[in-house]
Amino acid sequence: MSSITTRDAPRGFSASEYMTCLTGIVWREGLRFLHQRERFVSALVRPLVWLFIFAAGFRQVLGISIIPPYETYILYEVFIAPGLMAMIQLFNGMQSSLSMVYDREMGNMRTLLVSPLPRGFLLFCKLLAGTAVSLLQVYAFLIIAWFWDITPPPIGYLTVLPALILSGLMLGSLGMLISSGIKQLENFAGVMNFVIFPMFFASSALYPLWRVQEGSPYLYYVCQANPFTHAVELIRFALYGQINWVSLAVVGACTIVFMIAAIYAYDPSRGLARRGPAGGEG
Amino acid sequence: MTSPAPIAEPRETPRSDPAAVQALSIDGVSHSYGPRRALIDVSFNVRPASFTALLGLNGAGKSTLFSLITRLFGIQTGRVGIFGHDVSRTPGEALRLLGVVFQPRTLDLDLSLTQNLLYHAALHGISRREAAARSAELLARIGLSDRAASKVRDLSGGQMRRLEIARALLHRPRLLLLDEPTVGLDVKARADIISHVRQLVTEQGIGVLWATHLFDEIMAGDDLVVLHQGKVLAQGPMSSVITEAGAQDVNTAFMRLTGAQTIPGGGA
Repeated sequence: MSSITTRDAPRGFSASEYMTCLTGIVWREGLRFLHQRERFVSALVRPLVWLFIFAAGFRQVLGISIIPPYETYILYEVFIAPGLMAMIQLFNGMQSSLSMVYDREMGNMRTLLVSPLPRGFLLFCKLLAGTAVSLLQVYAFLIIAWFWDITPPPIGYLTVLPALILSGLMLGSLGMLISSGIKQLENFAGVMNFVIFPMFFASSALYPLWRVQEGSPYLYYVCQANPFTHAVELIRFALYGQINWVSLAVVGACTIVFMIAAIYAYDPSRGLARRGPAGGEG
Repeated sequence: MTSPAPIAEPRETPRSDPAAVQALSIDGVSHSYGPRRALIDVSFNVRPASFTALLGLNGAGKSTLFSLITRLFGIQTGRVGIFGHDVSRTPGEALRLLGVVFQPRTLDLDLSLTQNLLYHAALHGISRREAAARSAELLARIGLSDRAASKVRDLSGGQMRRLEIARALLHRPRLLLLDEPTVGLDVKARADIISHVRQLVTEQGIGVLWATHLFDEIMAGDDLVVLHQGKVLAQGPMSSVITEAGAQDVNTAFMRLTGAQTIPGGGA
């Protein structure tokens, strides 16, 4: 025991300490994911059911004209693949936030939040970790989809990566924002109904927006305003080596807004503090 | 805020010297959940290399206080300092010196013992190599080296607690907070944990704040803070708290203090 009582000068944190923390959080999230095989399987089965069953049944009903980024007539399966990739990320983002509510109830969240590194940075790492997990799921889906004749150009697998990272961050921070407002785990099912389903169905994931416009102009505007639509379009274009600038701008702006709001909501002097004791009050 | 003078020897830190750097200083802290007041003007210190027992029944406000010290909640009124670092103003510096064992278990049950420790080390920015060395050393000290690769789920309650204490020590804090760490453990596991933590105080000079409602966990040389319904009713060395309460033992002193709280001057 050397200098027990002297007060140290604040020394801050070095870049390598930040990096260690980031890799540690991503590593732990990855390990947890590997331990939850059911989660991986269900994350894959969900979009595959849509692809194998829904799309097969629906392809005769819905004709797809040639719309960018596609250069030829395409099968309905090909059209909904980007929407299903975004759906994987949507579910993953909500699931990470569900696990944050769970962690908070169980106390695991405390381990993260007593780290001396800035809280905003810790939450950002958590988001990146969740996004990394969603990438594993999406690429696993793409491999299976390849055997189902969904064959984007090889370069597309690479160009879609930055789009997936951005959309993963957007949906993850939306989930985190929602989780900060949920008091108990039981309330989560309602949020799934009010967030996941409306976001998914009122988007361009399952049908092109011009088709929606023909049916209902109002719904078209709702779809246009839905950030999930832009996540889907960003992924769709990136998968074919193109950039949809409008979608990029919307997804980028939403990511920033959701992330700042989520970090604000988790600020100890605001969000969490208002809620009262987080379990185990003695 | 005036800068406190550095003190050379922890053992000689006076109990009441305001200039001394306390391991933990709680100064006029109040906290409300809406209309309910959980803490009312709480002030006390934990000296370096001392064992301070925070004695209170369930609902006394112990966990709220822990949440404030660990910055889980924002501090509404008052000030919390860890070795002179204000928890609100310089949380990074304050939390770096702090190790915590929360009352609910906070381990990843599906990860191994080592993985749990490495994760915690990463959260403190400790490099992988250093973290691996420290983890091995700490696991050896708590006698769980041979279980390093097992899942935490397979441990007993007492072993989990020991692991949590080891984890809290991984970043070499100088202040250790434990919130009712022996709840739900058998007699043997309880005794092991108490003696382990007391060893940390004497051998490594760590300041310990031990929240409990079990009187038999407190020993003669300890400092004592009695918290009841959000207020500090008495504080000081255990013997003087007992004497001032006009009692013979902690148990009676506690009953008298908490029963006498409505009489003016009954509190400390």
